[in-house]
Amino acid sequence: MNERHAMALVLVCSAVTMGIRFLPFAVFGEGRKTPEFVTYLGRVLPYSMMGMLVVFCLKHVSLLRWPHGVPELLCCALTAGLHVWRRNTLLSIVAGTACYMLLVQLVFV
Amino acid sequence: MEQKSLIRSAFLDTVPVMTGYLVLGMGFGIIAQTKGYGVLWVFAMSGLIYAGSMQFVAIDLMAGGASLVTMAVTTLMVNIRHLFYGISMVDRYRGAGRKKPYLIWALTDETYSLVCTCTEEEAERRHRYCFLVSLLDQCYWIAGGVIGALLGGVLPFSTKGIDFALTALFVTVFTEQWLTTKDHFAAVAGVLSSGACLWLFGADVFLIPSMIAITVVLTLRKRWKKEETHE
Repeated sequence: MNERHAMALVLVCSAVTMGIRFLPFAVFGEGRKTPEFVTYLGRVLPYSMMGMLVVFCLKHVSLLRWPHGVPELLCCALTAGLHVWRRNTLLSIVAGTACYMLLVQLVFV
Repeated sequence: MEQKSLIRSAFLDTVPVMTGYLVLGMGFGIIAQTKGYGVLWVFAMSGLIYAGSMQFVAIDLMAGGASLVTMAVTTLMVNIRHLFYGISMVDRYRGAGRKKPYLIWALTDETYSLVCTCTEEEAERRHRYCFLVSLLDQCYWIAGGVIGALLGGVLPFSTKGIDFALTALFVTVFTEQWLTTKDHFAAVAGVLSSGACLWLFGADVFLIPSMIAITVVLTLRKRWKKEETHE
């Protein structure tokens, strides 16, 4: 594989990613006042985006095929439940992940 | 003393991301290594692209010798969600000065999940905190990748399923946000809109329709509420 071409691919990927990240800041720059609509979106989007990211992480889970998303649903419920109970971020994540690893390695193989 | 407690809280808050990034970064390093891209490549990609899932896709495209246009379009499709992170951080990163370019550069999913929940009112402290969080996160990511590339596939235990750490991180932040507000409209709108779009459009292309749907729903809500208060 041509090294120079691979390097160009890395640069293109970087340029597009950074273009996406910088665009909103370039459009709603320092000098001007942020439009009220963008301020509104800034306030509510974090809630929607976290919901979207959870769905994004689970996008390859199939409810129709074995194991029907059972390990994912169980562990998401465990993570959320534990968090409501203890409000300890690290505990929720570690417990959810450990439980998932056990399930996919030992139970739903 | 002040500075110290800021560093301390930034570090403690990034521990969950550290777990996920080290593991996922190692996964990336191992895959890159097996496809013929060693430590330097991993270092360059984690430094320059710095977008978790996209780097896995990029390695595939590189190994397959894809065209530059394919790479550009694929990156756009996979990373377009970052546009919304920027929109929601425009006000919070206002006036961050010299720190601002890096804050934007390093705005990944996981970093966003931490900085968008930062409640620090005072702007300078907030920017310093967010800068530390962003920098620590990228260090974890690069470290994970480099370790993975060096170790290759010689881990003594099965890590199958460990990528769930990131799902768990987002579920936790989602729950935390749910507990800190009474208005759950935006959270529910996010889950339902993207769930519906996933079902309608499929896993490969559902992000863009989801973002449009979320924007439409949130806009309608705002308009509707405004009319309500006018009456």
